[in-house]
Amino acid sequence: MDFLTQYLGLITLDNITYVALTLFYVLLIALPLLGAVAYLTYAERKIIGWMQLRHGPLYTGLWGLGQPIADAVKLMFKETTIPLESNKIIYILAPMMVLVPALISWAVIPFDNTWVLADVNLGVMYLLAVSSLGVYGILMAGWASNSKYPFLGAVRSGAQMVSYEIALGMCVMCVILLAGTMNMSGIVTAQTKLWNFIPLFPIFIAFIISILAETNRAPFDLPEAEAELVAGYNVEYGSMPFAMFFLGEYANMILMSAFTVVLFLGGWLPPFDVALFNAVPGLVWFAAKIALVLFIFLWTRATFPRFRYDQLMRLGWKILLPFTLIWFVGQALVMKLMETM
Amino acid sequence: MQKLTQLFTSFKQFLLLDILKGMSITFANMFRKKFTLMYPFEATPISPRFRGEHALRRYPNGEERCIACKLCEAVCPAQAITIEAEPRNDGSRRTTRYDIDMVKCIYCGLCEEACPVDAIVEGPNMDFSATDRKTLLYTKEKLLTNGDKLEPTLAQRLQRDGKYR
Repeated sequence: MDFLTQYLGLITLDNITYVALTLFYVLLIALPLLGAVAYLTYAERKIIGWMQLRHGPLYTGLWGLGQPIADAVKLMFKETTIPLESNKIIYILAPMMVLVPALISWAVIPFDNTWVLADVNLGVMYLLAVSSLGVYGILMAGWASNSKYPFLGAVRSGAQMVSYEIALGMCVMCVILLAGTMNMSGIVTAQTKLWNFIPLFPIFIAFIISILAETNRAPFDLPEAEAELVAGYNVEYGSMPFAMFFLGEYANMILMSAFTVVLFLGGWLPPFDVALFNAVPGLVWFAAKIALVLFIFLWTRATFPRFRYDQLMRLGWKILLPFTLIWFVGQALVMKLMETM
Repeated sequence: MQKLTQLFTSFKQFLLLDILKGMSITFANMFRKKFTLMYPFEATPISPRFRGEHALRRYPNGEERCIACKLCEAVCPAQAITIEAEPRNDGSRRTTRYDIDMVKCIYCGLCEEACPVDAIVEGPNMDFSATDRKTLLYTKEKLLTNGDKLEPTLAQRLQRDGKYR
């Protein structure tokens, strides 16, 4: 009984407003994010189209702007099919397991000075931990579908995401070493004088390569390799479960871009400390930088063919990992020497 | 020496020069003129030899060219052409029936080549699909109307291609 009264005691006006406000903030982040995902697919089709001397979507609405909405509506009205031989619970759970980590990671991303949902000290750790949960969704999807192509795609994806997470982690370590904090806002404020991508340029490039692999984007899109695996782990999915995979993948892309912006491109800070630039709200700078990184995602997709599986593993384990490790040790040495001098 | 070149290659790979080169090409392509031809709104260029919808032509004085020699009917590999003929009141030999089954036709152009008076031709029109078979059974009237409608184009096409025949 004490137990119950203790919990009932928590229901105060302050607490209720706090929860309601937090929920409101969550919606404020999640809904524009889903809209951004929709228009990221539009931007992808447009930009890759231009790069291949095509037009991309043109007819749905003005300049084809209605295309993502039309696609979403089409997907929603399709029938959800569940393969007979599949493990039904896991089959349904898998797309959620991909989408949810991609959304909850946004809790620690600072959009502007003090504009962050959860200003935790280990924000970077939280983000790395949560974003690597996404691989479970893909593995579950591949396993539960009980079919050969999804299974192959899931196995590849599991191996790939685990391998590149290590290189990714090493890159993040270099940034943490430079900033001296694991708090996301702290990392941004540490870049006030000089954005991290200038002193850590090679690490910045390694980080970009790693996030391409981490989000299963071309040229590392082996999990879905449409030529050999048809569509990899999501072959058996259709309708809304498929849409959730899709949303998860693209939300993850935006998340990783935001992570890049926070770590290397100075978060909400303007590029130069000029009055004109300072007048623009930090959120705008943040969004613009995310768009820039996303453009790199699409640009590489339009440019490079897919890696072979052994090449992918070689790049991850034999090049990126030693390189970032050596850089990390070297950077630590240099920083220590500069400290003592 | 070989070791040195190997070292040099791996160093070059580390600089990602080739990657940058590739990416600069795609970036430049983004601003180039698009190759897409917006088909229903823009016409595709068509060769004078294009074998589209059939037409029966007339002489400038309005007399139909076809003399019912039935060479086209004989040469047609799909046997899509049916011709019936009898002498007209003025004694000249003309068709009373000239049907082309456009469903059977394989658009090989042999009728056009067999014709001694350039009467049956395949025009530039390719949008004549229909949802029923009946509309695709062309009669003499239909073919003559086609010819009347397209005569300037048809004459020009024949003239342009004439020197190669």
